[in-house]
Amino acid sequence: MKLQRHLPWLVVLGVFLVWEAAVRLFDVPPFILPRPTVFLEALWTWRAEIAVHSLQTFLTTVAGFGIAMVAGMALGVAIGSSAWLYRGVYTLLIGFNTIPKVALVPILVMWFGVGAVPAIITAFLISFFPIVVNVATGIATVEPELKDVLRALGARNRDILWFIGIPRSLPYYFASLKIAITFAFVGSIVSENVAANTGIGHLMTVASSRFEVPLAFAALFVIALMGVLMYVLTAMVEKRLTAWSVRGTHLAAG
Amino acid sequence: MAAFVDIKNVSLRYGPAAGGVLALDDVSLSFERGKFIAVVGPSGCGKSTLLKAIAGLWPTTSGSLRVGDEEVRGPLKIVGMAFQNATLLPWRNTLENVLLPLQVVETHRDHFRRNRRQHEERALALLESVGLADFAEKSVWELSGGMQQRAQLCRALIHEPSLLLLDEPFGALDAFTREELWVVLQRLWLEKKPTVVLVTHDLREALFLADGVHVMSARPGTFVAERRFAAPRPRPLEVIYDHGFVDVVHELRARIDEARSARGAPPRATVGAR
Repeated sequence: MKLQRHLPWLVVLGVFLVWEAAVRLFDVPPFILPRPTVFLEALWTWRAEIAVHSLQTFLTTVAGFGIAMVAGMALGVAIGSSAWLYRGVYTLLIGFNTIPKVALVPILVMWFGVGAVPAIITAFLISFFPIVVNVATGIATVEPELKDVLRALGARNRDILWFIGIPRSLPYYFASLKIAITFAFVGSIVSENVAANTGIGHLMTVASSRFEVPLAFAALFVIALMGVLMYVLTAMVEKRLTAWSVRGTHLAAG
Repeated sequence: MAAFVDIKNVSLRYGPAAGGVLALDDVSLSFERGKFIAVVGPSGCGKSTLLKAIAGLWPTTSGSLRVGDEEVRGPLKIVGMAFQNATLLPWRNTLENVLLPLQVVETHRDHFRRNRRQHEERALALLESVGLADFAEKSVWELSGGMQQRAQLCRALIHEPSLLLLDEPFGALDAFTREELWVVLQRLWLEKKPTVVLVTHDLREALFLADGVHVMSARPGTFVAERRFAAPRPRPLEVIYDHGFVDVVHELRARIDEARSARGAPPRATVGAR
Protein backbone atom coordinates (compact mmCIF):
# COMPACT_ATOMS: atom_id res chain seq x y z
CA MET A 1 0.00 0.00 0.00
CA LYS A 2 2.75 2.37 1.00
CA LEU A 3 4.88 1.34 -1.95
CA GLN A 4 1.97 2.01 -4.29
CA ARG A 5 1.77 5.54 -2.96
CA HIS A 6 5.37 6.32 -3.85
CA LEU A 7 5.34 4.29 -7.05
CA PRO A 8 5.06 7.28 -9.46
CA TRP A 9 8.29 8.83 -8.19
CA LEU A 10 10.09 5.53 -7.90
CA VAL A 11 9.30 4.76 -11.55
CA VAL A 12 10.66 8.16 -12.66
CA LEU A 13 13.77 7.58 -10.58
CA GLY A 14 14.17 4.11 -12.05
CA VAL A 15 13.90 5.40 -15.64
CA PHE A 16 16.55 8.03 -14.88
CA LEU A 17 18.87 5.42 -13.38
CA VAL A 18 18.55 3.13 -16.39
CA TRP A 19 19.08 6.10 -18.69
CA GLU A 20 22.17 7.19 -16.78
CA ALA A 21 23.62 3.69 -16.80
CA ALA A 22 22.89 3.10 -20.49
CA VAL A 23 24.47 6.37 -21.61
CA ARG A 24 27.57 5.65 -19.52
CA LEU A 25 27.73 2.05 -20.71
CA PHE A 26 27.49 2.87 -24.41
CA ASP A 27 29.42 6.08 -24.06
CA VAL A 28 26.87 8.23 -25.87
CA PRO A 29 28.18 11.79 -26.37
CA PRO A 30 26.17 14.47 -24.47
CA PHE A 31 25.23 16.38 -27.67
CA ILE A 32 23.33 13.28 -28.81
CA LEU A 33 21.76 12.22 -25.53
CA PRO A 34 22.89 13.82 -22.28
CA ARG A 35 22.77 11.82 -19.06
CA PRO A 36 20.17 12.88 -16.44
CA THR A 37 22.95 14.09 -14.14
CA VAL A 38 24.34 16.20 -16.98
CA PHE A 39 21.10 17.94 -17.84
CA LEU A 40 20.21 18.35 -14.17
CA GLU A 41 23.54 20.08 -13.81
CA ALA A 42 22.67 22.27 -16.79
CA LEU A 43 19.35 22.97 -15.09
CA TRP A 44 21.24 24.25 -12.05
CA THR A 45 23.74 26.27 -14.10
CA TRP A 46 21.03 27.97 -16.13
CA ARG A 47 18.51 28.18 -13.29
CA ALA A 48 17.93 31.95 -13.55
CA GLU A 49 17.22 31.86 -17.31
CA ILE A 50 15.12 28.71 -17.02
CA ALA A 51 13.08 30.26 -14.21
CA VAL A 52 12.25 33.34 -16.28
CA HIS A 53 11.36 31.36 -19.39
CA SER A 54 9.37 28.69 -17.62
CA LEU A 55 7.41 31.28 -15.67
CA GLN A 56 6.51 32.91 -18.99
CA THR A 57 5.43 29.57 -20.44
CA PHE A 58 3.52 28.70 -17.30
CA LEU A 59 1.59 31.96 -17.36
CA THR A 60 0.71 31.81 -21.07
CA THR A 61 -0.34 28.17 -20.72
CA VAL A 62 -2.50 28.82 -17.68
CA ALA A 63 -4.05 31.86 -19.39
CA GLY A 64 -4.91 29.86 -22.52
CA PHE A 65 -6.11 26.92 -20.44
CA GLY A 66 -8.20 29.21 -18.25
CA ILE A 67 -9.97 30.67 -21.27
CA ALA A 68 -10.50 27.16 -22.61
CA MET A 69 -11.98 26.06 -19.26
CA VAL A 70 -14.59 28.80 -19.33
CA ALA A 71 -15.29 28.91 -23.06
CA GLY A 72 -15.24 25.11 -23.35
CA MET A 73 -17.76 24.73 -20.53
CA ALA A 74 -20.01 27.41 -22.03
CA LEU A 75 -19.95 26.03 -25.56
CA GLY A 76 -20.22 22.46 -24.27
CA VAL A 77 -23.34 23.34 -22.28
CA ALA A 78 -24.82 25.14 -25.30
CA ILE A 79 -24.13 22.29 -27.72
CA GLY A 80 -25.12 19.57 -25.25
CA SER A 81 -28.48 21.11 -24.44
CA SER A 82 -29.54 22.06 -27.95
CA ALA A 83 -30.06 19.41 -30.59
CA TRP A 84 -29.92 22.20 -33.18
CA LEU A 85 -26.50 23.41 -32.12
CA TYR A 86 -25.31 19.83 -31.73
CA ARG A 87 -26.24 19.00 -35.32
CA GLY A 88 -25.17 22.36 -36.64
CA VAL A 89 -21.82 23.06 -35.02
CA TYR A 90 -20.32 19.62 -34.49
CA THR A 91 -18.99 19.13 -38.01
CA LEU A 92 -17.42 22.57 -37.95
CA LEU A 93 -15.75 21.81 -34.62
CA ILE A 94 -14.32 18.51 -35.82
CA GLY A 95 -13.06 20.14 -38.99
CA PHE A 96 -11.43 22.88 -36.99
CA ASN A 97 -9.89 20.45 -34.54
CA THR A 98 -8.30 18.53 -37.42
CA ILE A 99 -6.26 21.58 -38.42
CA PRO A 100 -2.81 21.24 -36.84
CA LYS A 101 -2.49 24.19 -34.47
CA VAL A 102 1.20 24.55 -35.34
CA ALA A 103 0.10 25.56 -38.80
CA LEU A 104 -1.93 28.38 -37.29
CA VAL A 105 0.95 29.96 -35.39
CA PRO A 106 2.41 31.91 -38.36
CA ILE A 107 -1.07 33.29 -39.06
CA LEU A 108 -1.53 34.25 -35.42
CA VAL A 109 1.85 35.98 -35.49
CA MET A 110 0.76 37.97 -38.53
CA TRP A 111 -2.35 39.06 -36.64
CA PHE A 112 -0.98 39.63 -33.16
CA GLY A 113 2.78 39.92 -33.55
CA VAL A 114 5.51 37.90 -31.88
CA GLY A 115 5.11 37.19 -28.15
CA ALA A 116 2.69 35.95 -25.53
CA VAL A 117 -0.59 36.48 -27.40
CA PRO A 118 -0.09 33.80 -30.10
CA ALA A 119 1.11 31.40 -27.39
CA ILE A 120 -1.99 32.00 -25.27
CA ILE A 121 -4.26 31.61 -28.26
CA THR A 122 -2.54 28.43 -29.41
CA ALA A 123 -2.77 26.96 -25.90
CA PHE A 124 -6.46 27.88 -25.86
CA LEU A 125 -7.23 26.48 -29.32
CA ILE A 126 -5.54 23.16 -28.71
CA SER A 127 -7.04 22.53 -25.27
CA PHE A 128 -10.54 23.77 -25.90
CA PHE A 129 -11.89 21.01 -28.11
CA PRO A 130 -11.74 18.04 -25.69
CA ILE A 131 -13.48 20.17 -23.06
CA VAL A 132 -16.36 21.07 -25.39
CA VAL A 133 -16.86 17.51 -26.56
CA ASN A 134 -16.82 16.07 -23.04
CA VAL A 135 -19.17 18.62 -21.50
CA ALA A 136 -21.55 18.31 -24.46
CA THR A 137 -21.55 14.53 -24.06
CA GLY A 138 -22.23 14.76 -20.33
CA ILE A 139 -25.18 17.03 -20.89
CA ALA A 140 -26.60 15.36 -23.98
CA THR A 141 -26.69 11.94 -22.33
CA VAL A 142 -28.87 12.84 -19.34
CA GLU A 143 -31.34 9.96 -18.81
CA PRO A 144 -34.74 10.84 -20.31
CA GLU A 145 -36.53 9.53 -17.20
CA LEU A 146 -34.63 12.00 -15.09
CA LYS A 147 -35.76 14.83 -17.35
CA ASP A 148 -39.32 13.53 -17.09
CA VAL A 149 -39.20 13.58 -13.29
CA LEU A 150 -38.21 17.25 -13.37
CA ARG A 151 -40.49 18.25 -16.23
CA ALA A 152 -43.44 16.68 -14.43
CA LEU A 153 -42.65 19.06 -11.58
CA GLY A 154 -42.90 22.02 -13.91
CA ALA A 155 -39.15 22.46 -14.34
CA ARG A 156 -37.91 24.78 -17.05
CA ASN A 157 -35.06 23.78 -19.32
CA ARG A 158 -32.56 25.77 -17.33
CA ASP A 159 -33.69 23.99 -14.13
CA ILE A 160 -32.93 20.68 -15.79
CA LEU A 161 -29.55 22.05 -16.82
CA TRP A 162 -28.80 23.41 -13.36
CA PHE A 163 -30.01 20.49 -11.26
CA ILE A 164 -29.01 17.65 -13.55
CA GLY A 165 -27.08 18.56 -16.70
CA ILE A 166 -24.22 20.50 -15.16
CA PRO A 167 -23.59 18.34 -12.07
CA ARG A 168 -23.79 15.26 -14.26
CA SER A 169 -21.27 16.64 -16.75
CA LEU A 170 -18.71 17.58 -14.08
CA PRO A 171 -16.87 14.22 -14.14
CA TYR A 172 -16.67 14.51 -17.94
CA TYR A 173 -15.45 18.08 -17.53
CA PHE A 174 -12.62 17.16 -15.21
CA ALA A 175 -11.64 14.15 -17.29
CA SER A 176 -11.24 16.53 -20.22
CA LEU A 177 -9.38 19.13 -18.15
CA LYS A 178 -6.71 16.59 -17.32
CA ILE A 179 -6.14 15.99 -21.03
CA ALA A 180 -6.54 19.65 -21.90
CA ILE A 181 -3.91 20.97 -19.50
CA THR A 182 -1.19 18.83 -21.07
CA PHE A 183 -2.40 19.88 -24.53
CA ALA A 184 -2.24 23.51 -23.45
CA PHE A 185 1.47 23.16 -22.69
CA VAL A 186 2.02 21.66 -26.12
CA GLY A 187 0.20 24.62 -27.66
CA SER A 188 2.07 27.40 -25.94
CA ILE A 189 5.49 25.77 -26.35
CA VAL A 190 4.98 25.04 -30.04
CA SER A 191 4.02 28.68 -30.50
CA GLU A 192 7.10 29.83 -28.58
CA ASN A 193 9.27 27.54 -30.66
CA VAL A 194 8.19 29.37 -33.77
CA ALA A 195 7.67 32.93 -32.66
CA ALA A 196 8.62 34.29 -29.26
CA ASN A 197 11.48 35.93 -27.43
CA THR A 198 10.73 34.39 -24.08
CA GLY A 199 9.32 31.10 -22.90
CA ILE A 200 10.63 27.55 -22.66
CA GLY A 201 9.86 26.92 -26.30
CA HIS A 202 12.05 29.85 -27.30
CA LEU A 203 14.79 28.72 -24.91
CA MET A 204 14.78 25.28 -26.50
CA THR A 205 15.04 26.68 -30.00
CA VAL A 206 18.01 28.79 -28.96
CA ALA A 207 19.64 25.92 -27.05
CA SER A 208 19.41 23.48 -29.94
CA SER A 209 20.69 26.04 -32.45
CA ARG A 210 23.75 26.40 -30.19
CA PHE A 211 24.06 22.63 -29.68
CA GLU A 212 23.46 23.13 -25.96
CA VAL A 213 21.69 19.78 -25.87
CA PRO A 214 21.83 19.39 -22.05
CA LEU A 215 20.07 22.77 -21.72
CA ALA A 216 17.37 21.66 -24.19
CA PHE A 217 16.85 18.52 -22.12
CA ALA A 218 16.74 20.56 -18.92
CA ALA A 219 14.00 22.65 -20.53
CA LEU A 220 12.09 19.50 -21.50
CA PHE A 221 12.40 18.27 -17.94
CA VAL A 222 10.91 21.49 -16.58
CA ILE A 223 8.03 21.29 -19.05
CA ALA A 224 7.25 17.76 -17.92
CA LEU A 225 7.42 18.89 -14.31
CA MET A 226 4.97 21.75 -14.90
CA GLY A 227 2.61 19.42 -16.77
CA VAL A 228 2.58 16.92 -13.92
CA LEU A 229 2.08 19.70 -11.38
CA MET A 230 -0.97 21.09 -13.21
CA TYR A 231 -2.36 17.61 -13.75
CA VAL A 232 -2.09 16.83 -10.05
CA LEU A 233 -3.73 20.13 -9.18
CA THR A 234 -6.65 19.41 -11.54
CA ALA A 235 -6.99 15.89 -10.18
CA MET A 236 -7.15 17.27 -6.64
CA VAL A 237 -9.94 19.69 -7.50
CA GLU A 238 -11.70 16.89 -9.35
CA LYS A 239 -11.53 14.64 -6.33
CA ARG A 240 -13.12 17.28 -4.13
CA LEU A 241 -15.93 18.16 -6.53
CA THR A 242 -16.84 14.83 -8.08
CA ALA A 243 -16.09 12.28 -5.39
CA TRP A 244 -19.61 10.93 -5.93
CA SER A 245 -18.73 9.68 -9.40
CA VAL A 246 -16.01 7.39 -8.12
CA ARG A 247 -18.28 4.68 -6.90
CA GLY A 248 -17.21 2.82 -3.81
CA THR A 249 -13.81 4.40 -3.16
CA HIS A 250 -15.17 6.57 -0.34
CA LEU A 251 -16.31 3.37 1.31
CA ALA A 252 -12.81 1.99 1.21
CA ALA A 253 -11.55 5.23 2.68
CA GLY A 254 -13.89 4.74 5.62
CA MET B 1 -68.26 13.28 -7.98
CA ALA B 2 -66.70 14.57 -11.18
CA ALA B 3 -63.82 12.69 -12.72
CA PHE B 4 -60.37 13.97 -11.74
CA VAL B 5 -58.66 12.32 -14.65
CA ASP B 6 -60.86 12.10 -17.74
CA ILE B 7 -59.49 10.40 -20.82
CA LYS B 8 -61.85 10.28 -23.80
CA ASN B 9 -61.06 8.56 -27.09
CA VAL B 10 -57.39 9.43 -26.87
CA SER B 11 -55.02 8.26 -29.58
CA LEU B 12 -51.33 8.89 -29.65
CA ARG B 13 -49.00 8.36 -32.55
CA TYR B 14 -45.23 8.64 -32.43
CA GLY B 15 -43.60 10.06 -35.52
CA PRO B 16 -45.32 11.19 -38.73
CA ALA B 17 -49.08 10.83 -39.22
CA ALA B 18 -48.47 8.27 -41.95
CA GLY B 19 -46.01 5.54 -41.06
CA GLY B 20 -45.48 6.51 -37.42
CA VAL B 21 -46.16 4.12 -34.60
CA LEU B 22 -49.67 4.21 -33.20
CA ALA B 23 -49.09 3.66 -29.47
CA LEU B 24 -52.55 4.40 -28.07
CA ASP B 25 -55.74 3.77 -29.99
CA ASP B 26 -59.03 5.23 -28.79
CA VAL B 27 -58.32 4.97 -25.09
CA SER B 28 -61.02 6.03 -22.65
CA LEU B 29 -60.74 5.96 -18.88
CA SER B 30 -61.88 8.25 -16.14
CA PHE B 31 -61.61 8.14 -12.38
CA GLU B 32 -62.19 10.32 -9.38
CA ARG B 33 -59.77 12.14 -7.12
CA GLY B 34 -58.08 9.92 -4.59
CA LYS B 35 -58.49 6.69 -6.57
CA PHE B 36 -55.74 4.15 -7.06
CA ILE B 37 -55.80 2.90 -10.65
CA ALA B 38 -53.59 0.19 -12.10
CA VAL B 39 -52.91 -0.40 -15.77
CA VAL B 40 -51.66 -3.81 -16.88
CA GLY B 41 -51.01 -5.24 -20.30
CA PRO B 42 -48.55 -7.08 -22.52
CA SER B 43 -45.15 -5.50 -22.84
CA GLY B 44 -44.86 -2.68 -25.35
CA CYS B 45 -48.61 -2.07 -25.32
CA GLY B 46 -48.43 1.63 -24.56
CA LYS B 47 -48.85 1.67 -20.79
CA SER B 48 -45.90 3.98 -20.23
CA THR B 49 -47.03 6.14 -23.12
CA LEU B 50 -50.37 6.59 -21.40
CA LEU B 51 -48.60 7.82 -18.26
CA LYS B 52 -46.58 10.30 -20.27
CA ALA B 53 -49.71 11.54 -21.96
CA ILE B 54 -51.46 12.02 -18.61
CA ALA B 55 -48.45 13.89 -17.24
CA GLY B 56 -48.48 16.13 -20.30
CA LEU B 57 -44.98 15.04 -21.25
CA TRP B 58 -46.08 13.77 -24.64
CA PRO B 59 -48.86 15.35 -26.70
CA THR B 60 -51.85 13.24 -27.71
CA THR B 61 -52.76 12.95 -31.37
CA SER B 62 -56.53 13.06 -30.94
CA GLY B 63 -59.22 12.84 -28.28
CA SER B 64 -59.64 14.69 -25.04
CA LEU B 65 -57.46 14.35 -21.98
CA ARG B 66 -58.44 16.34 -18.90
CA VAL B 67 -56.89 16.38 -15.46
CA GLY B 68 -58.60 18.34 -12.69
CA ASP B 69 -61.06 19.95 -15.12
CA GLU B 70 -58.35 21.29 -17.40
CA GLU B 71 -57.31 20.05 -20.80
CA VAL B 72 -53.72 18.77 -20.64
CA ARG B 73 -51.60 20.85 -23.01
CA GLY B 74 -48.14 20.75 -21.52
CA PRO B 75 -46.37 19.19 -18.56
CA LEU B 76 -48.60 19.26 -15.49
CA LYS B 77 -47.00 20.83 -12.47
CA ILE B 78 -48.68 18.82 -9.77
CA VAL B 79 -47.36 15.40 -10.61
CA GLY B 80 -45.06 13.05 -8.78
CA MET B 81 -43.43 10.36 -10.89
CA ALA B 82 -41.43 7.24 -10.17
CA PHE B 83 -39.88 4.79 -12.60
CA GLN B 84 -38.37 1.34 -12.71
CA ASN B 85 -34.92 2.91 -12.53
CA ALA B 86 -34.68 4.83 -9.30
CA THR B 87 -33.18 7.82 -11.19
CA LEU B 88 -31.75 9.29 -8.00
CA LEU B 89 -29.00 11.87 -8.45
CA PRO B 90 -25.70 10.30 -7.35
CA TRP B 91 -24.16 13.66 -6.42
CA ARG B 92 -26.81 14.22 -3.78
CA ASN B 93 -27.31 12.20 -0.62
CA THR B 94 -30.62 10.52 0.04
CA LEU B 95 -32.13 13.46 1.90
CA GLU B 96 -31.08 15.96 -0.78
CA ASN B 97 -32.58 13.71 -3.42
CA VAL B 98 -35.91 13.70 -1.63
CA LEU B 99 -35.77 17.50 -1.35
CA LEU B 100 -35.25 18.00 -5.09
CA PRO B 101 -38.91 18.58 -6.03
CA LEU B 102 -39.17 21.38 -3.47
CA GLN B 103 -36.34 23.19 -5.24
CA VAL B 104 -38.17 22.89 -8.55
CA VAL B 105 -41.94 23.10 -7.95
CA GLU B 106 -43.20 26.62 -8.47
CA THR B 107 -44.98 27.06 -5.17
CA HIS B 108 -41.94 26.05 -3.16
CA ARG B 109 -38.83 27.02 -5.11
CA ASP B 110 -38.71 30.69 -4.19
CA HIS B 111 -38.91 29.98 -0.49
CA PHE B 112 -36.79 26.87 -0.47
CA ARG B 113 -33.82 28.35 1.37
CA ARG B 114 -35.93 30.08 3.98
CA ASN B 115 -38.00 26.98 4.69
CA ARG B 116 -35.17 24.53 4.37
CA ARG B 117 -35.38 23.41 8.02
CA GLN B 118 -39.09 22.56 7.82
CA HIS B 119 -38.60 20.87 4.46
CA GLU B 120 -35.79 18.77 5.84
CA GLU B 121 -37.90 17.75 8.80
CA ARG B 122 -40.71 16.69 6.48
CA ALA B 123 -38.32 14.80 4.25
CA LEU B 124 -36.80 13.05 7.25
CA ALA B 125 -40.24 12.10 8.54
CA LEU B 126 -41.10 10.69 5.13
CA LEU B 127 -37.82 8.76 4.96
CA GLU B 128 -38.48 7.44 8.44
CA SER B 129 -41.94 6.24 7.42
CA VAL B 130 -40.38 4.06 4.71
CA GLY B 131 -37.64 2.82 7.02
CA LEU B 132 -34.78 4.94 5.70
CA ALA B 133 -34.25 7.21 8.70
CA ASP B 134 -30.65 6.04 9.12
CA PHE B 135 -29.84 6.52 5.45
CA ALA B 136 -30.72 10.19 5.01
CA GLU B 137 -27.07 11.27 4.87
CA LYS B 138 -25.90 8.25 2.92
CA SER B 139 -24.89 8.51 -0.70
CA VAL B 140 -27.08 6.85 -3.29
CA TRP B 141 -24.49 4.15 -4.03
CA GLU B 142 -24.83 2.90 -0.50
CA LEU B 143 -28.53 2.12 -0.86
CA SER B 144 -29.78 -1.25 -2.07
CA GLY B 145 -32.19 -1.42 -5.00
CA GLY B 146 -35.19 -1.61 -2.67
CA MET B 147 -33.95 1.33 -0.61
CA GLN B 148 -33.44 3.38 -3.75
CA GLN B 149 -37.05 2.72 -4.74
CA ARG B 150 -38.21 3.76 -1.28
CA ALA B 151 -36.24 6.96 -1.61
CA GLN B 152 -37.70 7.50 -5.05
CA LEU B 153 -41.22 7.13 -3.64
CA CYS B 154 -40.37 9.75 -1.01
CA ARG B 155 -39.11 12.08 -3.74
CA ALA B 156 -42.31 11.56 -5.69
CA LEU B 157 -44.42 12.41 -2.64
CA ILE B 158 -42.51 15.17 -0.81
CA HIS B 159 -44.37 18.00 -2.54
CA GLU B 160 -47.70 16.30 -1.85
CA PRO B 161 -48.71 15.93 -5.49
CA SER B 162 -52.37 15.42 -6.24
CA LEU B 163 -51.44 12.97 -9.00
CA LEU B 164 -48.87 10.22 -8.58
CA LEU B 165 -47.74 8.37 -11.71
CA LEU B 166 -45.80 5.16 -11.17
CA ASP B 167 -44.17 3.36 -14.09
CA GLU B 168 -43.30 -0.17 -12.96
CA PRO B 169 -41.62 1.20 -9.85
CA PHE B 170 -40.90 -2.22 -8.40
CA GLY B 171 -40.18 -4.02 -11.66
CA ALA B 172 -36.48 -4.49 -11.01
CA LEU B 173 -36.76 -5.74 -7.43
CA ASP B 174 -36.76 -9.25 -6.04
CA ALA B 175 -40.10 -10.74 -5.03
CA PHE B 176 -39.73 -10.24 -1.27
CA THR B 177 -38.66 -6.62 -1.50
CA ARG B 178 -41.43 -5.98 -3.98
CA GLU B 179 -44.12 -7.31 -1.65
CA GLU B 180 -42.67 -5.31 1.21
CA LEU B 181 -42.90 -2.16 -0.88
CA TRP B 182 -46.51 -2.86 -1.85
CA VAL B 183 -47.35 -2.51 1.82
CA VAL B 184 -45.25 0.65 2.11
CA LEU B 185 -46.90 2.20 -0.93
CA GLN B 186 -50.37 1.28 0.34
CA ARG B 187 -49.65 3.04 3.63
CA LEU B 188 -48.24 6.14 1.96
CA TRP B 189 -51.27 6.30 -0.28
CA LEU B 190 -53.73 5.91 2.60
CA GLU B 191 -52.06 8.78 4.47
CA LYS B 192 -52.60 11.54 1.89
CA LYS B 193 -54.78 9.81 -0.67
CA PRO B 194 -53.24 11.21 -3.83
CA THR B 195 -54.72 9.96 -7.09
CA VAL B 196 -52.44 7.20 -8.31
CA VAL B 197 -51.95 5.60 -11.70
CA LEU B 198 -49.72 2.55 -11.46
CA VAL B 199 -48.40 0.89 -14.59
CA THR B 200 -47.15 -2.61 -13.95
CA HIS B 201 -46.83 -6.06 -15.45
CA ASP B 202 -47.31 -7.69 -12.06
CA LEU B 203 -50.98 -8.66 -11.80
CA ARG B 204 -50.89 -9.35 -8.08
CA GLU B 205 -49.25 -5.99 -7.45
CA ALA B 206 -51.97 -4.27 -9.47
CA LEU B 207 -54.83 -6.06 -7.79
CA PHE B 208 -53.42 -5.76 -4.27
CA LEU B 209 -52.94 -2.01 -4.50
CA ALA B 210 -55.55 -0.66 -6.86
CA ASP B 211 -59.24 0.12 -6.71
CA GLY B 212 -59.53 -0.95 -10.32
CA VAL B 213 -57.22 -2.85 -12.64
CA HIS B 214 -57.48 -1.92 -16.31
CA VAL B 215 -56.24 -4.33 -18.94
CA MET B 216 -54.69 -2.90 -22.06
CA SER B 217 -54.46 -4.68 -25.40
CA ALA B 218 -51.27 -5.17 -27.39
CA ARG B 219 -50.16 -2.14 -29.35
CA PRO B 220 -51.85 0.00 -30.33
CA GLY B 221 -53.07 -0.01 -26.75
CA THR B 222 -56.68 0.30 -25.78
CA PHE B 223 -58.56 -0.82 -22.68
CA VAL B 224 -60.25 -4.16 -23.07
CA ALA B 225 -61.27 -5.12 -19.54
CA GLU B 226 -61.46 -3.98 -15.96
CA ARG B 227 -61.34 -6.06 -12.79
CA ARG B 228 -61.77 -5.10 -9.17
CA PHE B 229 -60.97 -6.74 -5.90
CA ALA B 230 -63.10 -5.40 -3.11
CA ALA B 231 -61.40 -5.68 0.25
CA PRO B 232 -61.13 -3.14 3.04
CA ARG B 233 -57.87 -1.25 3.48
CA PRO B 234 -55.25 -1.45 4.71
CA ARG B 235 -55.04 -4.86 3.10
CA PRO B 236 -52.69 -7.31 4.73
CA LEU B 237 -50.19 -8.91 2.39
CA GLU B 238 -51.73 -12.34 3.06
CA VAL B 239 -54.74 -11.27 1.04
CA ILE B 240 -52.87 -12.23 -2.13
CA TYR B 241 -53.28 -15.89 -1.16
CA ASP B 242 -57.07 -15.66 -0.70
CA HIS B 243 -59.14 -17.64 -3.16
CA GLY B 244 -61.10 -14.60 -4.23
CA PHE B 245 -57.89 -12.70 -4.98
CA VAL B 246 -56.27 -15.57 -6.83
CA ASP B 247 -59.39 -16.07 -8.94
CA VAL B 248 -59.35 -12.47 -10.10
CA VAL B 249 -55.63 -12.73 -10.89
CA HIS B 250 -56.39 -15.74 -13.07
CA GLU B 251 -59.13 -13.83 -14.84
CA LEU B 252 -56.77 -10.95 -15.47
CA ARG B 253 -54.16 -13.37 -16.72
CA ALA B 254 -56.68 -14.80 -19.19
CA ARG B 255 -57.70 -11.35 -20.41
CA ILE B 256 -54.10 -10.43 -21.07
CA ASP B 257 -53.51 -13.60 -23.06
CA GLU B 258 -56.60 -12.74 -25.07
CA ALA B 259 -55.35 -9.20 -25.49
CA ARG B 260 -52.07 -10.45 -26.85
CA SER B 261 -53.64 -12.74 -29.40
CA ALA B 262 -56.63 -10.51 -30.23
CA ARG B 263 -54.51 -8.20 -32.34
CA GLY B 264 -53.14 -11.11 -34.31
CA ALA B 265 -49.54 -12.17 -33.93
CA PRO B 266 -47.54 -11.56 -30.74
CA PRO B 267 -46.59 -7.91 -30.39
CA ARG B 268 -44.11 -6.94 -33.05
CA ALA B 269 -40.69 -5.94 -31.88
CA THR B 270 -40.53 -2.36 -33.07
CA VAL B 271 -39.37 0.93 -31.70
CA GLY B 272 -39.62 0.92 -27.90
CA ALA B 273 -42.17 3.18 -26.28
CA ARG B 274 -40.61 6.42 -25.16
